[in-house]
Amino acid sequence: MTANESPLAQYEAFLARGKLAYQVDAHDRPVFFPRVLAPANRDGPLTWRVSAGLGTVYATTFITPKDGPAYNVALIDMDEGYRLMSRVEGIPAEQVRIGMRVRARVRPADGDNGPCPVFDPLEDAR
Amino acid sequence: MKGRLTRGAAAIVGVAESDLGEVGAGMSVIDLMGQGVAGALEDCGLSLSDVDGVFAAAGQSRMPSVALCEYLGVRPRHHDSTMQGGSSFMTHVAHAQAAIEAGLCEVAVVAYGSTQRTAGRKNVAPREFNPYETPFKPVLQASAYGLAASRHFHEFGTTREQLAEIAVAARQWALKNPKAWEHDPLTVQDVLAARMVSHPLTVRDCCLVTDGGGALVVTSAERARSLRKPPAFVLGTGEGISHLTISNMPDLTVTAARESGAQAYAMAGLGPRDIDVVEVYDAFTITTLLFLEDLGFCPKGEGGRFVQDGAIAPGGRLPVNTNGGGLSYGHPGMYGVFVLIEAVRQLRGECGARQVPRCETAIAHGNGGALSAQSTVILGSAATV
Repeated sequence: MTANESPLAQYEAFLARGKLAYQVDAHDRPVFFPRVLAPANRDGPLTWRVSAGLGTVYATTFITPKDGPAYNVALIDMDEGYRLMSRVEGIPAEQVRIGMRVRARVRPADGDNGPCPVFDPLEDAR
Repeated sequence: MKGRLTRGAAAIVGVAESDLGEVGAGMSVIDLMGQGVAGALEDCGLSLSDVDGVFAAAGQSRMPSVALCEYLGVRPRHHDSTMQGGSSFMTHVAHAQAAIEAGLCEVAVVAYGSTQRTAGRKNVAPREFNPYETPFKPVLQASAYGLAASRHFHEFGTTREQLAEIAVAARQWALKNPKAWEHDPLTVQDVLAARMVSHPLTVRDCCLVTDGGGALVVTSAERARSLRKPPAFVLGTGEGISHLTISNMPDLTVTAARESGAQAYAMAGLGPRDIDVVEVYDAFTITTLLFLEDLGFCPKGEGGRFVQDGAIAPGGRLPVNTNGGGLSYGHPGMYGVFVLIEAVRQLRGECGARQVPRCETAIAHGNGGALSAQSTVILGSAATV
């Protein structure tokens, strides 16, 4: 018998191919984070979609470690209607603004972390 | 089934803190719970032989009610280790009342302990790995609350100075509390100039990291009236859960305290204007602000302006977090039990220099996780029942 592939493994398999994916329910309504069943306000079954990768910064903070440069942590509202935590790169962490338009890029697996989506500001937002 | 607890059917009759701040070497979480239980039983004149319900939660114990029963040498009829972070103890009070009303127990203790300061936070509170958050290295929980603050600033024009006023008010209350960890005055400028933890929150916008524990004794209203101290009757309780992780919070400016508060007010037959003292879990300055809004003390978005000019400090228009709060009194990690302890003491008139005059009603609001698990208890003196 073959073990079921986990939602995380499927998500990371998309990322490994350079794609940010999310789930949709029977009526194309988005679900994120990936899971094994449709939550109560959605209708199953869930299927996967590849995101266009465009979104808007919903909330933002930055952290300045004692031993390194400041980095951003943000919540991104994707155009397809789901939200995820990520990081906006390519501009100083403290210059990330709510409402800024951003585009996803896949950061390859690194050490203990699997591949993950990070974001760059769209050109016209700089 | 009635579907709701009965207003005033149970009361908190005993309260006590354990050792606080930095506890002695080798002191365990359950030792601190034991100190709290001993003190709370002494407070009301009951003994371990009266206890037939045991409730406990802790970040450092996987089976805390079982561990506490072993330690106390009791085999209670009912026990409960419900764990939802810092609001666990408000929910324990509601569960204790439910158990008392259902006849499952009559005298319940609710206990907490933490040695996070002496043991080192990294040793005692390993975060669950979340593949959708951990890779981005948020400093949890500070970054979650920083994100919420960023959104409140954006939508309502709230400022860092306004948040700092919350920290200053907490400090002014703490200066009136001999048990508070912080003893030095604090200014808005001090808060703004402090080390940034996760923007816009500096270390002075964040709760302390201390050891500590405490306990409550909850019993039926009937039994409560025969005990040593004036009972704090449970007039209302409510719960609300909207998410676990900050990335799944539907609106970062609105917490489920709206639901928990509405339930508690409905059960109590009271509204915000009827509350004499407000004790809310202040994990961060933004937390106090959100709960003042969501519990109805000011409209949504007005929290920043509401707290200005010392409005929640001693002598202000609304007494909030009169023990000094998690920001200045102490914060061992799951602070909710101390919120309840202070509310009970205010109702009894035991608070000395920080006593709120004519205090007949108190709201004790707990917060767990990243603004996740909200639980509200409204308490009242005998005059309110």
